[in-house]
Amino acid sequence: MSNSNPSGDSGDTAWQEYLTGGSRGAHGQSAGHQADPSASASTSSGEPEGPSAPRRVIGTPSPATSRTMLPQAGHHGPQRPPRELPPGPEDPIKAKKAERIVATLFILAFLAGLGFIASYEIFGAGSLTKVLRSNLALGGTLSLSLLALAAGATIWVRNVMPTVELTEQRHLLASDPKDKEEFKETWEEGTDASQFVKRPILRRTLIAATIPLGVAPIILLRDTGPLPGKSLEHTVWRNGLRLLVYGTNRPITPAEFASPGSIISVVPEGFQNDDDALAKAATVIIKFRPGQMVFTTENHPVPNKVVENWTVENIVAYSKICTHVGCPAALYEQTTHHILCPCHQSTFDAAQGARVLFGPATRPLPQLPIGVDSQGFLIATGDFPVPVGPSYWERS
Amino acid sequence: MSIDRALAGTGTWLDDRLHGARGFRWLLRKVFPDHWSFLLGEVVLYSFIILLLTGTLLTFWFQPSMTSVIYHGSYVPLRGVRMSEAYASTLNISFDVRGGLLIRQIHHWAADLFMAGIFAHMIRIFFTGAYRKPREINWLIGITLLTLGLFEGLFGYSLPDDLLSGAGLRILEGVTQSFPIVGTYLAYFLFGGPFPGHVIIPRLYIIHVLLVPALLLALITAHLFLMFYQKHTQMPGKGRTNQNVVGAPAFPYFAAKTGAFFFFVFAVLTIAATFVQINPIWLYGPYNPVAMSAGSQPDFYMGVLEGALRVMPAWQWVFFGHTFAFNVFVPALLPLGIVFGGAALWPFLEQWITGDKREHHLNDRPRNAPTRTAIGISVITFYGILWAEGANDIIAVHLDIPLYWTTWGARVGIFVGPAIAYWLTKRICLGLQRKDNHLIEHGVESGIIRQMPGGEFIEETRPVDDDKLAVLLSRAQVPALPSAETGKPEVPPSGMRGGLGRVRERWYKVLTEAAPLPTPHNGHGDGHGNGHAVEGNGHDRPAIGSGTSAHDEDQH
Repeated sequence: MSNSNPSGDSGDTAWQEYLTGGSRGAHGQSAGHQADPSASASTSSGEPEGPSAPRRVIGTPSPATSRTMLPQAGHHGPQRPPRELPPGPEDPIKAKKAERIVATLFILAFLAGLGFIASYEIFGAGSLTKVLRSNLALGGTLSLSLLALAAGATIWVRNVMPTVELTEQRHLLASDPKDKEEFKETWEEGTDASQFVKRPILRRTLIAATIPLGVAPIILLRDTGPLPGKSLEHTVWRNGLRLLVYGTNRPITPAEFASPGSIISVVPEGFQNDDDALAKAATVIIKFRPGQMVFTTENHPVPNKVVENWTVENIVAYSKICTHVGCPAALYEQTTHHILCPCHQSTFDAAQGARVLFGPATRPLPQLPIGVDSQGFLIATGDFPVPVGPSYWERS
Repeated sequence: MSIDRALAGTGTWLDDRLHGARGFRWLLRKVFPDHWSFLLGEVVLYSFIILLLTGTLLTFWFQPSMTSVIYHGSYVPLRGVRMSEAYASTLNISFDVRGGLLIRQIHHWAADLFMAGIFAHMIRIFFTGAYRKPREINWLIGITLLTLGLFEGLFGYSLPDDLLSGAGLRILEGVTQSFPIVGTYLAYFLFGGPFPGHVIIPRLYIIHVLLVPALLLALITAHLFLMFYQKHTQMPGKGRTNQNVVGAPAFPYFAAKTGAFFFFVFAVLTIAATFVQINPIWLYGPYNPVAMSAGSQPDFYMGVLEGALRVMPAWQWVFFGHTFAFNVFVPALLPLGIVFGGAALWPFLEQWITGDKREHHLNDRPRNAPTRTAIGISVITFYGILWAEGANDIIAVHLDIPLYWTTWGARVGIFVGPAIAYWLTKRICLGLQRKDNHLIEHGVESGIIRQMPGGEFIEETRPVDDDKLAVLLSRAQVPALPSAETGKPEVPPSGMRGGLGRVRERWYKVLTEAAPLPTPHNGHGDGHGNGHAVEGNGHDRPAIGSGTSAHDEDQH
């Protein structure tokens, strides 16, 4: 048992007392320090108070002949309940001073608001400088207006209105057992009358009737897109397609890409403006010094090796789409020949078949087989041997 | 008097039709308790209203279309560039619509403040125990609002179709694709085929401007209604009990204060939008699947997901010919699943462990629930480390430390950090409880040394004043578990039996660990107590104070 209950079963007693609502609920009722002390007796919520507000049976006409929202004509009769809020501030001199400040702030807000409208006309838009000035003028005047309004209203509440603290009683949220019982009876009368329980065939067929309708909206979502099929396994790269330099869209020869350590992004010819194609086919080519790459002579991908037959004059091509979640792996560190994805820092070694050195990616960037065509431009000699980009369920 | 007469006329006209006098009179006098931390929820509410206002304005010019156009607008550096209509219209809003940039920036700042406010509000609710019965429903609504807010924000900043937000969508696609069994189908349905396709912006648009805002509005309304109906909680203090509400009436006090606060929130957002640039999409350029800039960062509320993706080791295996991309779907679902799911379950777990089924309207001081506070700080630490890891490249550059160290730091930190935070917080809370006990039992040290007739030196203390004492005495008596009540542990009552019962008993001990309740020297409890020691807390604290005037001790 916890040491925080040193007094035996007293916690238990309180527990019971608490659950039953207790007999000690007569705290509070203290109207604020500055409020009229006579007010403390009538601070509970909108309950009818005493004999002056007779209980009225719902549905019968109101005893008042005419009603207005104004207190002097209210139907509390001649005995008006005592005031809960004092009529004026406790310190009229201070309030007067505050009144002046508040009024000044409101005038300021008004003028700044006018300034906002004027700024809209004076400072146009349509160029960087105009937008800069317009944003400052519009924002500055709007800020000033809102700030002055906020400050004015706050000072009004704090220094012009009299200080008041009221106490309102709470009641346990759980209904009393009698109400619960009555509700239960009313509910059961309803269910009995509906025959919902007594006629299972109605109940079951009703439920059955709604199930397909509930599923229908989900069915309708089916045509939001095609099924992936095998489309994730391939890109638009194929034998003979030229590598165009990303940005200029011009083909490139190995001689033009001769300085070791360089990297450029390339896109397949004919798909320069096709974002759907580029999202999978984006590729980088990297130039190495002779002997820097770790080669395999096989004609298929081998872990930690570059397929030599798929390179041209120490130029190797890798998919630019990160195998983690598909960001373009856009950063290259020349001295260490590391490719780094800026999104989640998966790091690949370009000299060793783009094997993963660090980060959340699990697979190397696939290598694109490249060659040169009859005019000497770099071309692909086939598609990537494995699917590019992030892993997915169907990929094995 | 003419204003009065006009109001009376309107009031009578309405009342003749709607019968509102009694109900609205009660409404005018409804008492709202006051505390600075109660404003956090208002920050969220007012940010939301400002989001609706500015968002509506933005829809008049924004084109949710991925059709390719060549830009010919006022922003010179991008003239002649191919881009989507969505991006072009966002440039148009920024440079050719007067006040458009201001509205855009207010909207973006308001979204950030909305999310920041939700986090702060939720933290306040948790640490003060304001989620306890009867407010569990509102707690769950709040967690739903937070989750919806995350999606609303992500979808909103994806709409301009700039390079940064396009990268965010690409990550969304990659993450969706990684889910076992349904991943690729979901991604293809969402994007209408392969990424990026031509439908994602229009789809996100209608979700962002209609579907989610409607849900948010409905849930915020329910949230406020419940708050209103159940009455607001209050902080412990003199005259405040579990059975009353002490504060200012709705009319005119609360209405005027909260109105002023709306303008404050609006003013702060406008000042930020005027002087602090946010999301300058013209600098990022239009989206292009080939390009990506270094140091890309999402809005702060997505940082934790970003960090989770970065911190996860490269675990991925093929079973039965299928790829299980644990490196992607685990960080996407697990950390937020733990934090949000845990938060949703917590009120019920705590109730089950402590057996405390009472209504609570008087808030806890965080120190008075040491284990809860420790768990909260522990979760914040976990979340915070992941969040910081979401910017690990920026941290590495600015602090000049190797990039991979930051990731390894986070990998270790998310386990060690929360454990340290838990232990430390609990010690601090228990220490603060003892300090409170000391103040209650011995009063405040006055700094005056007095020599007693016997030659002994003592330091004089003065009693804590009533307001403070009521706060100090607010620590609640923790109710005992049923097993302790029977006094026969060999025959545990139902609910305490079996393995689950033993777990409950163990957790109960952890959860209710506290410093001993203050013990005013009982020998002096001689009837001059006037009950003020117990006034502040009503039924929560029956164990002490009956007839004992705690703070008179040192005058004997």
